[in-house]
Amino acid sequence: MNPAATAALAAAQHGFLSPSGVEIAFVLVGLATLGAALVTVTTRQLVHAALWLVVALGGLAVEYLLLTAEFIAWVQVLIYVGSVVVLLLFGLMLTKAPIGRSPDADSGNRWAALTVAVAAAAALVWVVVDAFRTTWIDLDGPAAGSTEVTGASLFQNWVLPFEALSVLLLAALVGAIVLSRKAKAESSSPPVNARSVTKSSLGVTESSDREGAR
Amino acid sequence: MHLAYPAVLAALLFCTGLYGVLARRNAILVLMSVELMLNAVNLNLVAFDVWLSRAAEETLHSGQALTLFTIAIAAAEIGIGLAIVLAVYRARGTSDIDRLRDTAEGHETDTSETGPGTEKAEATA
Repeated sequence: MNPAATAALAAAQHGFLSPSGVEIAFVLVGLATLGAALVTVTTRQLVHAALWLVVALGGLAVEYLLLTAEFIAWVQVLIYVGSVVVLLLFGLMLTKAPIGRSPDADSGNRWAALTVAVAAAAALVWVVVDAFRTTWIDLDGPAAGSTEVTGASLFQNWVLPFEALSVLLLAALVGAIVLSRKAKAESSSPPVNARSVTKSSLGVTESSDREGAR
Repeated sequence: MHLAYPAVLAALLFCTGLYGVLARRNAILVLMSVELMLNAVNLNLVAFDVWLSRAAEETLHSGQALTLFTIAIAAAEIGIGLAIVLAVYRARGTSDIDRLRDTAEGHETDTSETGPGTEKAEATA
């Protein structure tokens, strides 16, 4: 008997009405993750959105652990919770995001967006449940994503994409530095009669700041 | 574990991110929603990799390798995206994507609204 047939047989034995402990934990953490994601996209306080994003990403790390992919779980904690959210918070601070409730956090097309999202969710959930209703993941035995297994497969089969990715990261780093330094370099070496221009442009920036805050 | 649980959770998280991308007005909140969508895809990749590593004899662990690549590319994307948002904020004084419609067609009435931004851009140019 081939393994796929075995898995199908196991899925037939495990019904949805008698969940295992791992499944109960997965559903509970999944509900918390989904709730945090919903608060992230609906809250009117911009900083709170970033903090709820931490909860959602941390919940996903726990889901990876429940799926026995421990290396990816720790990478998720390190990179997403550790650095991406910190970058987002710095971005919010540097763009002078309003502290407290901002009434215009959502744009005018939120009902169209809600329609599209609900329709996509209904279609995707229907298709996915219809396709994988009887598929069973066997979580027993050695972990599928321990550090040893992941490292071995990464450096046996995926070496060239790995190296290409390091070059891509370097290019992204240089690009981010160039993008964020350009304006400063231009304004720090003004021509002779540029003082009045700079002053007026500063005033314009302040007025548009006020406009943005309003 | 049924494969339907992680697949349904990934679909719902993806649609949550989709709503955020379409409905949010601040560019950084749009970036957060993009992160949610990328994470939903990562969850799908990990779940299907764990399933296939049991079901198949020989596996490359392509799901987990691609998840790591996606995480790295998402980190690069968020760095570049925030640099662009900061550059736009410096030039225009706002990170509100509803106001950045200089290249939009059929919005001649908005020229008065984006007037100060273009003035500033000309002043620094």
